[in-house]
Amino acid sequence: MAPVLALAWHALSSDLDHWRHLADTTLPATLRSTVALLAGVAVLASALGIGSAWLVTAYRFPGRAILNWALLLPLAVPTYIMAYAYLDVLHPLGPVQSALRHWLGYSSPREFRLPDIRSMTGAIVLLGFVLYPYVYLTVRSTFLTQAANVLEAARTLGAHRAEVFWRVALPLARPAWAVGLSLALLETLNDIGASEFLGIQTMTVAVYTSWTTRSDLAAAAQIALTMLLIVVALILLERRGRARQRFANVQRMQPMQARTLRGPPALIALLLGLLPILAGFVVPAIYLTAEAVERLHGGHGLSHTLMRSLSNTVLLALIATVVTLTIGLMVAWASRTLRESAWRQPARALARVASLGYAVPGTVLAIGLLTPVMLIDDGLGELMQSRHLLLMGSGGALLIAYVIRFLAIPVGAAEAGLTRIPASLEHAARTLGSGPAQALRRIHLPLLRPALAASALLVLVDVMKELPATLLLRPLDFDTLATLLYAEASRGNYEEGALAALAIVLAGLLPVILLARTNLSHGYRRP
Amino acid sequence: METIVFRAAAAALAFALCAPVTATAREVNLYTTREPGLIQPLLDAFTKDSGIQVRSIFIKDGLLERVRAEGGRSPVDVLMTVDIGNLLDLTDADLTQPVDSQVLEQAIPANLRDRDGRWFAFSLRDRVLYAHKDLPITRFNYEDLADPEWKGRVCIRSGQHPYNTALIAAKIAHDGAQATQTWLEGVKHNLARKAAGGDRNVARDILGGICDIGIANAYYVGRMKTSEPGSEARAWGDAIKVIRPQFASNADGGTHVNISGASLARHAPNRDNAIRFMEYLISPEAQAIYANANFEYPVRAGVEVAPVMAALGPLKVDSLDMTEIARHRKQASELVDRVGFDH
Repeated sequence: MAPVLALAWHALSSDLDHWRHLADTTLPATLRSTVALLAGVAVLASALGIGSAWLVTAYRFPGRAILNWALLLPLAVPTYIMAYAYLDVLHPLGPVQSALRHWLGYSSPREFRLPDIRSMTGAIVLLGFVLYPYVYLTVRSTFLTQAANVLEAARTLGAHRAEVFWRVALPLARPAWAVGLSLALLETLNDIGASEFLGIQTMTVAVYTSWTTRSDLAAAAQIALTMLLIVVALILLERRGRARQRFANVQRMQPMQARTLRGPPALIALLLGLLPILAGFVVPAIYLTAEAVERLHGGHGLSHTLMRSLSNTVLLALIATVVTLTIGLMVAWASRTLRESAWRQPARALARVASLGYAVPGTVLAIGLLTPVMLIDDGLGELMQSRHLLLMGSGGALLIAYVIRFLAIPVGAAEAGLTRIPASLEHAARTLGSGPAQALRRIHLPLLRPALAASALLVLVDVMKELPATLLLRPLDFDTLATLLYAEASRGNYEEGALAALAIVLAGLLPVILLARTNLSHGYRRP
Repeated sequence: METIVFRAAAAALAFALCAPVTATAREVNLYTTREPGLIQPLLDAFTKDSGIQVRSIFIKDGLLERVRAEGGRSPVDVLMTVDIGNLLDLTDADLTQPVDSQVLEQAIPANLRDRDGRWFAFSLRDRVLYAHKDLPITRFNYEDLADPEWKGRVCIRSGQHPYNTALIAAKIAHDGAQATQTWLEGVKHNLARKAAGGDRNVARDILGGICDIGIANAYYVGRMKTSEPGSEARAWGDAIKVIRPQFASNADGGTHVNISGASLARHAPNRDNAIRFMEYLISPEAQAIYANANFEYPVRAGVEVAPVMAALGPLKVDSLDMTEIARHRKQASELVDRVGFDH
C-alpha cells in the first residue's frame, strides 16, 4: 500500500497539462496497442494454457508424464530474454532465415527476407508462448483435483468429452483461470524490455517516457495510477462475475479417468503438447547456450562477478519467498476467517490492495517504494544513532519491494484454494473442539499444500527474474544475475550477457522442476 | 511453519547485518548510469593510482530519485551519468555541490562544464550516420534523413530515447519547432522498421538488408569494428561506413554530440576522495582509457583517440551550447509523440 500512496503523492505534485498533450498525440494509439496486446496475450495464453492442461489431464498418451512438467519450463525465461532471443533467431541474419535462403537458393537477405517480428503480432506471439504456464499451472491443478464424480456424472448423462470440457470442466476451472490469466496479463502490462525491443508502445512505455525522457515523475505517476485503477476495476469485475459460485461438493479428491490414446491421435497429442515448450523454452534456451558457449570459448570464462551474483540471487530469492508466502497466507486467511464478521469488507479490501503490487510497472513501483523505505531507514538511523542507511545499505529495501510486488501470487493461490475447501470441513473440526489455529494447521494447510508450494516456487522464480526494483534499491557493490545481464544489455551487448541470462534461466529451472514435482504429483495418488 | 519463519527471519537478519560496511577514509562511493563494463577499467586504474577503493552501483533510471530520497544519510560521493539533460536535472534538483578545482577547470573547456563547478564533462559522444559500405555518399546532413530518396531505407531506435531526444532538441535549437516537426514526419515516413531496439541494431539491420542508412552513436562502431574477426558484431561493423552529419542550417557545420560527465554529490561523505577521483578522470591516463576502452572522444586536448575512431577523420563538434540542447529536450520528446514517431 505504501508505494501506491507515495505514487499518489508524486502524482498530486503536478497539474493535468500533460494529459492534454497525451490526448492530443499518442494516447489513442497507445491505448489501442495496450488493449490489443493484452487481448492477444489473453487469448493466446489461455488457449495454450487451458488447452495443454486439458490435454495432459483428460488423455493418456506416450510422453504425457514428461509434458506434465515440461509445459512449465517457459516460466524460467524472462520476457525480455525471450524477445531478444527471437529477434536474433528470426533476424534476416539469424539461422532460420539463413537456412531458408540457402534452401530457396538466394544468396543475400537483400533478395529475400521474411516480415520483421518487431510488430504487434510478434509481441503477442512471443509473450503468449512465454506466459501461458501461469494459466496452465493454475488450471491444471483444478482439472486434477476437480471432483471426478461431477465430470463422470456429466459423462454418464451422455455428454461428449468436448461437452464435458466446455460445460463442466471449464466453468469449474474459472477461478483458477482468472488467477493464472491475471498473473500473465499483469506481467504483460509491466513488461518494458520486450516492448522496447519489439517497438510496441504500451501505456507502460508512456509512463516510462514521461518520467525518464521528460523528467516528469508526477505525470508518470498519474498515468501509472490510472492504469492501476483500470486493472483493479477489471479484477473486481471478474470477481463479481463469479461471486455467486460455490464449490461445495468435493467428496472425493480423485482425478477423472483419462482416456488412453493410441496411434496417430497419440502422436498428434504429443506434438501439440510439445509445441509450446519448443517455442517458449527450447528455442531461447538453445540460443542462449550457443551464445554462452561462444563467449566461453572466447576466453571470458565464469567470472567471479557472475558467481557472486548467482549466490546473491539465490539467497535473496529464498528469503523473499519465505517472507512473501507467510504474509500472503496470513492475508488470505484473515480475509476468510473474517468472512462473517463486521470486519469482512475492510479485510477483503485490504487483501485486494495487498495484491496491487503486481499491477504496477516494476520501475514505477520501485520509485514509489523509495519514500516509505527511506522513512523507515531514517527512523532506524535516528534510533541507532547511525549516519548510514540500514535498509538501503543492506538489501532490506529489496525484501520489502519483493513482498509488495509478488504478494498477489500466494494470496491468489491461497484464496482460490480456500474457496474450494468446503466450509463443512472446518465446521466439523470446530465442532470437534479445535480452535481456529488448529483448524488452519490440521485441515487447511495440508489441503492447501499443493497450491502453496506452487505459489512459493512462482515467487522464487519471479524474484530471480525481477529487474527494475532490484536495480534501483540494491546496495553498493551488490549485483544479481538480472542486474548483471541488464548492465550488458543496456550497452547493447545482449550476447555478452548470455552467460548471465543462461544462469537466470537455469536458476529458474530448478524451482520449476520442483514445482512440477510437488504440484503435479498431487492428484495421481489413488485413495 | 514456525521454524521456517524463524529461520527466514534469522537469515534475513544475518543478511542485513553482514552487508553494511563502515566508512573508511580510503574509499569513494559512486552512483552511475554508466554500465560497469565501461567504467570498471577507469575505477581499477584509479584505485591502483591512489589506493582509494571505489564502491559503485549501476542504476539506470531513478538515480536522481534514489539520491533525493536518501538525503543526508546517502553514502554517495560522485554521481556519474551520460546526457547533458541528466547532469542538469541532478543540479536543478540540488543534489550536487560546486567543486573548485584548478585541475578540472584548466583541462575542461568552459562550454563542457558548469560555471559553478556543479557538473563536468569527461567525454564526448557524437551521433552519426551508419551507411551501407557500398553506398556512394560522402556528405550527409541530418535533414537528408527526411529526403524521399530514403523512403523505407532508414533505421533508428525509439525517438524517445535520450540519444534521439537530444539530437531532436539540437535541431529545434537550430531551426525551431515547426521545421523540426516537418523533418521528423519525413524521417518517420522513411523508416524501414519500427523505431525500436538499440544503436547496434542499426548496423545489424543494414547487414540484414532491412535498411541502408541509420543514426547511431559513433563509439559502437569502434567496439564492433574491433570485435574478434568472425564474430557477429564484427560482421555488422564491417558492413557499414560512418559519415559525420551536420545540420544544414548551421554555416560552420559540425556534428551533434552529447556528453558523459560527473558531479560531486551534495552530501558526499568522502568529499576529498571524490574530488581526487574527478581530477583523476581528466588525467591523460584516464582520458586515454575513455578513448581506447570506450571509443569515446576525450575532452582533454592532446589525448589521442583510438585508431579505429581516428580512421573516421577529425570530429568537428556542432557549436551549439550544451544547455540549449537540454533546454529543448522536453519539447523534443513532445514532438516525437506528436508525429507518432514510435507508433
